[in-house]
Amino acid sequence: MGINLQDFLINWCRKYSVWPFQFGLACCAIEMMAALDPRYDMSRFGAEVFRGSPRQADLMIVAGTVTEKMAPMVKRLYEQMVEPKWVLAMGSCATSGGPYKTYAVVQGVDQIIPVDVYVPGCPPRPEALIYGFNLLQEKIMNYRNFGRKRGTYEPAK
Amino acid sequence: MSQQSEKKGQPEYLDAMRNPLVIKLKEKFKENILDAKTYGNELTIWISKDILIPLCKELWENNFIYLVDIMGIHQPNKEKNFALSYILHNFKNNERIRLKVEIKESELIPSLTEIWKGANWLEREAYDMFGILFSNHPNLERILMWEGFEGHPLRKDFPLKGINTGAAIYPDVYPEGGGPPKKEDKNA
Amino acid sequence: MLDVQELELNMGPQHPATHGVLRLILKVDGERIVDAKPVIGYLHRGTEKLFENQTYPMNVPHTDRLDYIAAATNNHAYCGAVEKLLGVEVPRRAKFIRVMLDELQRIASHLVWLATHALDIGAMTPFFYTFRERELILDLFEEYCGARLTLNCMTIGGVPEDLPEGWIDKLKEFISIFEEKIWDYENLLTDNRIWKKRTIGVGIISPEDAINYGLTGPPLRGSGIKYDVRRAIPYEVYPELDFEIPIGKNGDTYDRYLVRMEEMRQSIRILKQCIEKIPDGEIQTKGLKFIKPKPAEVYFSVEAPKGELGFHIISDGSPKPYRVRVRPPSFINLQALPSMVKGHLIADVVAVIGTLDIVLGEIDR
Repeated sequence: MGINLQDFLINWCRKYSVWPFQFGLACCAIEMMAALDPRYDMSRFGAEVFRGSPRQADLMIVAGTVTEKMAPMVKRLYEQMVEPKWVLAMGSCATSGGPYKTYAVVQGVDQIIPVDVYVPGCPPRPEALIYGFNLLQEKIMNYRNFGRKRGTYEPAK
Repeated sequence: MSQQSEKKGQPEYLDAMRNPLVIKLKEKFKENILDAKTYGNELTIWISKDILIPLCKELWENNFIYLVDIMGIHQPNKEKNFALSYILHNFKNNERIRLKVEIKESELIPSLTEIWKGANWLEREAYDMFGILFSNHPNLERILMWEGFEGHPLRKDFPLKGINTGAAIYPDVYPEGGGPPKKEDKNA
Repeated sequence: MLDVQELELNMGPQHPATHGVLRLILKVDGERIVDAKPVIGYLHRGTEKLFENQTYPMNVPHTDRLDYIAAATNNHAYCGAVEKLLGVEVPRRAKFIRVMLDELQRIASHLVWLATHALDIGAMTPFFYTFRERELILDLFEEYCGARLTLNCMTIGGVPEDLPEGWIDKLKEFISIFEEKIWDYENLLTDNRIWKKRTIGVGIISPEDAINYGLTGPPLRGSGIKYDVRRAIPYEVYPELDFEIPIGKNGDTYDRYLVRMEEMRQSIRILKQCIEKIPDGEIQTKGLKFIKPKPAEVYFSVEAPKGELGFHIISDGSPKPYRVRVRPPSFINLQALPSMVKGHLIADVVAVIGTLDIVLGEIDR
């Protein structure tokens, strides 16, 4: 198996009940909503409950362009989430600024907060978002729970 | 009145001083009506800024009761640097008319908020993007850029990539609303 | 006597019920609202400056992202403005294809409106029903131009591709499915006591105020004024098509809901006529390889699902435009929010934002 039993059980429970935090900013938010509709169902992976408040969420899906006016709010919302937390950057605007190389756009949300999974596309299809979500689930499976310094990420022993 | 042209090739600017509406306005306002031309089927009238409000009230009497849009333009090549373009609409016979006013950089132009309430945000955007100042405006503040931003983005001498790059990531370093620090704190 | 203070409440840029990043500063007295001040600009990406640095054909994909729910009408408005500048006539078959794409896009946009508006007020079921039909429309778009959301489906002088084989049969199938489903949505909401209590009498705007603020689209038509760009200043083949313009009586949220439901039915009627009348022929005007217009200024507008969307273009003889401005319907409609919400409860603010149908991509550009 490669991981000890307690890590395996906790991570297995965690990965099938991730609660995302809806942070739809622009066009990618519509494809995020489309990933929840009856055709591309994301709730079969456990991510059905989209919370409105950051204090109740595990995963922050940054969907859309982050502008310089909005950047302090993104940082503040990330700090309000409770550990363990993950970030998924959806779309090319959140990954690296997208087609907008202008005076008011932050070139990628990873200049502000640490990102775990990047999903490129403009906008990415709902199936691409679900694939990114599955990669995140593999990363969660590898998370070391006990004997770890707070705030760091270490792979499980 | 259709919007698309029936002929091929780019239309020309034709003189429109003999249009009945223009003749009527010229009798009332005399030399403040500088020019009138048509392009395709659009009528444009160049006026001086002093008669803007009386002219709009006169056009209101002629059924032009709807303000469609206000656009700001920066023309650094000409002597009068800035221009504003107003489009009005007539519900009775579905006609449109465009008014153009040209001003220099620091002149004040009267605001249309006393006639149309919808002009409020459109003029705030022209101020934010170009720096055009309006007199008698109830609330002339920045609307799209953040507080503490210096400069007017849509002017021709403002670079596309911006002047202060770097994200506003720390609320205690950057001012309220985000954006780069003010000029005095740059070396802090 | 007790000292009553007003409370200033911040409905922040991140909120489940504001459609995007809109911030409202509400002044409340108890539960009643005294004043509401919208703060926008959290999605300002500098699109108008970007347009000045790229050539005319390069700008067409960027216009998709303005009103990202209805991308075909944005492309149509921009291409129509450049064609008016150049004095170019589009072939007849291309005109019919453009009208069909526009009307399909209008139905898709109104389905998203219904889903989010009902979800904010508390009804979750319409979300699942409408997105199921919307997937059928997006399948049609994907067969035609390859993309679901940001379409880039029109070029300057026509459309890029001809309709693939079997597309019109699939469209007929969609129409027959949709005509029954629209009664499903009406059965859920129109005669529902809770829906009526939350929407009748909320967000009233009088016709004189609506004209003074410059509103367009369903907010204007809900107050009783029959103004639609497709009839007032027609473009493409709308003069030959037969359709009605629904209007409301009172100017409240319930009337705007009925106006939009009826618009979906009229769009189906237009699609049926287009399927019968579409001719064969070319789809793109020739001779537009290198676009370099003489100095001129134009304005062209279309009836987008949100209102009147227009483009001003000023050219100066070079391949790049000198100034491009978008006339955004949601920006101008949002100005009327403070007067519509005065004296109502906080929960009504959510209903009014939903009924104005705003898209932040268009407001902030």
